[in-house]
Amino acid sequence: MSVLSQALWVLLLGSLLGLELIGKVPPTLHTPLMSGANAISGITVLASLTLIQKAGDNQALLLIGALSLGFALYNVVGGFLVTDRMLAMFRRKGDA
Amino acid sequence: MTNPFLSIDLLTDAIDLVAVLLLALGIKGLSKVRSARGANQLAAVAMGLAVLGLLIEIQPGPMAWLWIAAGSAAGGLAGLITARRVPMTAMPEVVALFNGCGGLASLLVAVGVALFDSASADMVALVSIAISVFVGSITFTGSIVAMAKLQGWLDTPAWTQSSVRHVVNIALAVLSLVGAVLLPGDPTGLPLWLVVIGSSLLGVGVTLPIGGADMPVVISLLNSYSGVAAAAAGFVVGSQLLIVAGAMVGSAGLILTQVMCTAMNRSLLSVLFGGALGASGGSAVGGGGSEAGYTRITSCSPEECAMALEQAERVVFVPGYGLAVAQAQHALRELSKLLEAHGVEVSYAIHPVAGRMPGHMNVLLAEADVPYEQLIEMDLINPEFPRTDVVIVLGANDVVNPDAKSDPTSPLYGMPVLEVDQARQVFVVKRSLGAGYAGIANALFELPQTAMVFGDAKAVLNGLLSELRSMGVGKVVAKKEKEKQKVAV
Repeated sequence: MSVLSQALWVLLLGSLLGLELIGKVPPTLHTPLMSGANAISGITVLASLTLIQKAGDNQALLLIGALSLGFALYNVVGGFLVTDRMLAMFRRKGDA
Repeated sequence: MTNPFLSIDLLTDAIDLVAVLLLALGIKGLSKVRSARGANQLAAVAMGLAVLGLLIEIQPGPMAWLWIAAGSAAGGLAGLITARRVPMTAMPEVVALFNGCGGLASLLVAVGVALFDSASADMVALVSIAISVFVGSITFTGSIVAMAKLQGWLDTPAWTQSSVRHVVNIALAVLSLVGAVLLPGDPTGLPLWLVVIGSSLLGVGVTLPIGGADMPVVISLLNSYSGVAAAAAGFVVGSQLLIVAGAMVGSAGLILTQVMCTAMNRSLLSVLFGGALGASGGSAVGGGGSEAGYTRITSCSPEECAMALEQAERVVFVPGYGLAVAQAQHALRELSKLLEAHGVEVSYAIHPVAGRMPGHMNVLLAEADVPYEQLIEMDLINPEFPRTDVVIVLGANDVVNPDAKSDPTSPLYGMPVLEVDQARQVFVVKRSLGAGYAGIANALFELPQTAMVFGDAKAVLNGLLSELRSMGVGKVVAKKEKEKQKVAV
């Protein structure tokens, strides 16, 4: 199997998996779920890291890579923390 | 089998697989109340694993480490500060901002590869770069516009409601496509910028005409796009983990968007291309501050409202975004504690899209320690209204508009609403008679059983509290609490 067709299979199966993961969502969780999924979409940090690695001595490319890494991490760190803050409030009275 | 490279490959492959599995479990767990918080942490761990696996695999040199450290420190710290500082009321805006930054990151990677690494770019890479730039730009500018609209920095300009906008947007899409087609074999980089500019403007052009009430759906859709942008970036740099995670978020985000549309009784197509709700249609009115031509309004003071509350056996609060803006959720909690101590049955009616984002109101009330069990969803509370003595609507408007059920010419017609007009008495706490978020007049305000209490939600609630206390309701509480303390001793 070529690299391309392998990647396309991965794309197809990943998309199908995503469709199945969420069925019914209580309205309470719409905002946190959106925010959590948003944090996960910051997985593009992997692309930023790869770009920095590939850049070698090219300063301009290193800068672009670092910038994109910063923005992606902003998305990831901020996204997970904000989601956690929201979900922490759903704790019932009895739970410590 | 002693080859050390083989073992590192095995290790990183294993880490990647575990990361994908945890991410999938994380997304799944986030859709259930019980497991949501743990699921979010699981997803965060998965993300950490994925980064670790990649770092082991690529083994960056000292130069790369320097830049990685700089980028991580800046982005991570900014994310930490934003997440700590932002008030709960601004949650939708912040999600939009984060999302825009994710899109921007994918965009930057694609531009970087296109500008400086094009020698290694084959046809597949070029197509992926074009898609990544296109989707990344739309996500970025669209999210920023959505954020600005939610913050109130941007209005919905009238000219964006004319159908000329479709022509402009199609032209921008074509411009981006032309740039993408010219991308291979053009060393000038000009086509690349054509795609960047065309799709950035397209993101603005598509988001700007959409009314504030539909913004949550737009943010959810843009969130799905940022997943697609990440998957495209995965093709650009050849990372299967990125492809699978991006695809997963992309399609899960699409489902969530659909779920939200259903909750608002809007179709995705009409949100995207229909223009702002209320911009056309019979009972629509101009803008925020206008008096909307009401004729039979009764208004009353907090004192009268307090008297009705004191007599009531069953009270339902309908919180809306106005409550959140006034930061009145804690005062509301105080009031309901007082009423409960007085023997009144209190609950909160939560419309699926209360606040500015589905689920937003639950988050705000949970912050004020309102017991989860008292928050009742629309379908469960609607049959209860006929046996409710007093309904207090706090800064909500469109979600209690009875026209949505009875008036086919209303732009809201068909939207599921809270049937508060069935209750014996309705008090609407509102700053003024301005139209709702969607700019539509509300027939509820003119019903005989409705009285308006004008004022800021927090001020009115505090007024109610002191009125009730002066009626002696508070003393009973104090007595009961003393008794409780005695029992405890």
